[in-house]
Amino acid sequence: MTALVLENVCKSFGEVKVLKDINLTVEDGEFVVFVGPSGCGKSTLLRVIAGLEDATSGIVSIGGDVVNNTPPAKRGIAMVFQSYALYPHLSVKGNMALGLKQEKQPNSVIEERVAKAVQMLDLGAYIDRRPSDLSGGQRQRVAIGRAIVREPKLFLFDEPLSNLDAALRMNTRIEIADLHRKLSASMIYVTHDQTEAMTLADKIVVLRDGRVEQVGSPMELYNNPANQFVAGFLGAPSMNFLKTSVADAPDGITTGIRPEHLTLAKSGPITGNVTHVEQLGGDTNILVKTNKDEMLTVRLFGQHPSQVGEAINLNFAPENAFHFDNNQNRVHL
Amino acid sequence: MSTARSNRFNTFAAHGALILYTLIALFPVFVIVINSFKTRKAIFREPLAMPNSDSFSLIGYETVLKQGDFFLYFQNSMIVTVGSLFFILLFGAMAAFALAEYRFKGNTLMGLYLALGIMIPIRIGTVAILEMMVQTGLVNTLWALILVYTAQGLPLAVFILSEFMRQVSDDLKNAGRIDGLNEYTIFFRLVLPLVRPAMATVAVFNMIPIWNDLWFPLILAPAEEVKTLTLGSQVFIGQFVTDWNAVLSALSLAILPVMGLYVIFSRQLIRGITSGAVK
Ligand SMILES: Nc1ncnc2c1ncn2[C@@H]1O[C@H](COP(=O)(O)OP(=O)(O)OP(=O)(O)O)[C@@H](O)[C@H]1O
Ligand SMILES: [Mg+2]
Repeated sequence: MTALVLENVCKSFGEVKVLKDINLTVEDGEFVVFVGPSGCGKSTLLRVIAGLEDATSGIVSIGGDVVNNTPPAKRGIAMVFQSYALYPHLSVKGNMALGLKQEKQPNSVIEERVAKAVQMLDLGAYIDRRPSDLSGGQRQRVAIGRAIVREPKLFLFDEPLSNLDAALRMNTRIEIADLHRKLSASMIYVTHDQTEAMTLADKIVVLRDGRVEQVGSPMELYNNPANQFVAGFLGAPSMNFLKTSVADAPDGITTGIRPEHLTLAKSGPITGNVTHVEQLGGDTNILVKTNKDEMLTVRLFGQHPSQVGEAINLNFAPENAFHFDNNQNRVHL
Repeated sequence: MSTARSNRFNTFAAHGALILYTLIALFPVFVIVINSFKTRKAIFREPLAMPNSDSFSLIGYETVLKQGDFFLYFQNSMIVTVGSLFFILLFGAMAAFALAEYRFKGNTLMGLYLALGIMIPIRIGTVAILEMMVQTGLVNTLWALILVYTAQGLPLAVFILSEFMRQVSDDLKNAGRIDGLNEYTIFFRLVLPLVRPAMATVAVFNMIPIWNDLWFPLILAPAEEVKTLTLGSQVFIGQFVTDWNAVLSALSLAILPVMGLYVIFSRQLIRGITSGAVK
């Protein structure tokens, strides 16, 4: 069974088209991540799936049922928001139980499910506190708990970690991955942090300007991007795009090389001068200005004593290079 | 160093200005209250003197209380003020929520139409209002006053409250929708508590003019059993003789209920209860 199917979904706000012809399938138990630059329509797509916005046209089906005219509460979804969105007047327990009370579930079921979620998320000590007395990470866990107790067919996360600090973000990321394994539930997760996208996803959906650019597993997208946008969006530091710096490259073709695929060499197809060095301990990032005035980044494993101003030559294996035409589409030479 | 000094200077200046303003604003009230405890002669001989054993007298209060209906006037004023505030806040908040939350045709136009009421004084329509009240048989009822004051207060209430409601997090309302709350529950349970300070502001803004109004009680409800306090006090002001003791005592008493209401609302104003709902 498929958790979610979108067919030609469009959404406009007045004249402005925000989503254009989205087609997408989420299989049962799949973890799908939407990524894309700010304003590309990720949240809007999530809200259309949740039923908080109506699709202007197209079909949304969840768990096999067309839900275009079903209110959010009846769609079998649960959503976790970036701003937590906990009910300020209710305790942690009240926050989690409210949805079930609205569904008129018997008290025993409510107690049992809340207890299970509390145990899973380690919230036992805070059960009677108000949201205002919790830290950011605890609040986000309560918000996740509120989603879990409803046992939805589909979880929706809208940038749930972006208000947390770096360490907490990493912990919560692992917790979410863990949760996905334990519940084996279908999840859709919106982020513009590509580490989250790469580490969590079974399938990544790259969006740009309301269109799906490419769909695939993280490694498929990394190894085989369909166009220059996807190539540049995934991977950190992002891919270098060189129009003229590579010796004997054909005209009108942009060569894309990931920073980790460049190596220092005695002589090579690229020459330039070091403009900046970032020593990270385990890695070294070297920023280079080529003799054709293009900027590129080299990522070297380990520590390297490069100096700003130094002239260097760079080489790469031809099979690691990508080629794009003037319309930014991938071409195979 | 220099910023610290100028900061202290600023603080002093600000406090000085505020204290001065408070003194100026409270002075008439002070004069009214002290004179309400003096004999008529003492009021005119030395209006600014405190009452002493010679000049002290409760004659004003005795007159007021002997006038029998005074408690009724109090009650009428209270009903009108509280009733009007209730409807202003209820309907104002509902309209503000609709304007702030829902996209529908004519939303902006509706907002402008409601805002127009802020600029046009309702008293211009007095004659038409009186005709309507006569036709609906509401003349000489408290409802006439409550309806008019509600209409008078709504524009500003909608304007202020919709601005605040726009700031209530969309995520919170959406979380409620996903949990199956209906729009009324979202409005009453989630949104209203978060805009409580704004509601208190609106209540305070509207309360004093309603309590003090003489115009509409005189025109719409002058009958004895529906007189408001302000109108009732007028019996002591005659064309030829004015019973100043009674007038001052009545005014002093009239201050008390509004002060009570103000204390209630201002506590809401200060209580910033909402932190922690959203980040
Ligand atoms: N209610 C609305 N009315 C009009 N335009 C809207 C509305 N909601 C969103 N938009 C527009 O739709 C576009 C996509 O917004 P959306 O919030 O989906 O972006 P996003 O991909 O989630 O961005 P971010 O990463 O910053 O959260 C934006 O250009 C936004 O201005
Ligand atoms: Mg978003």
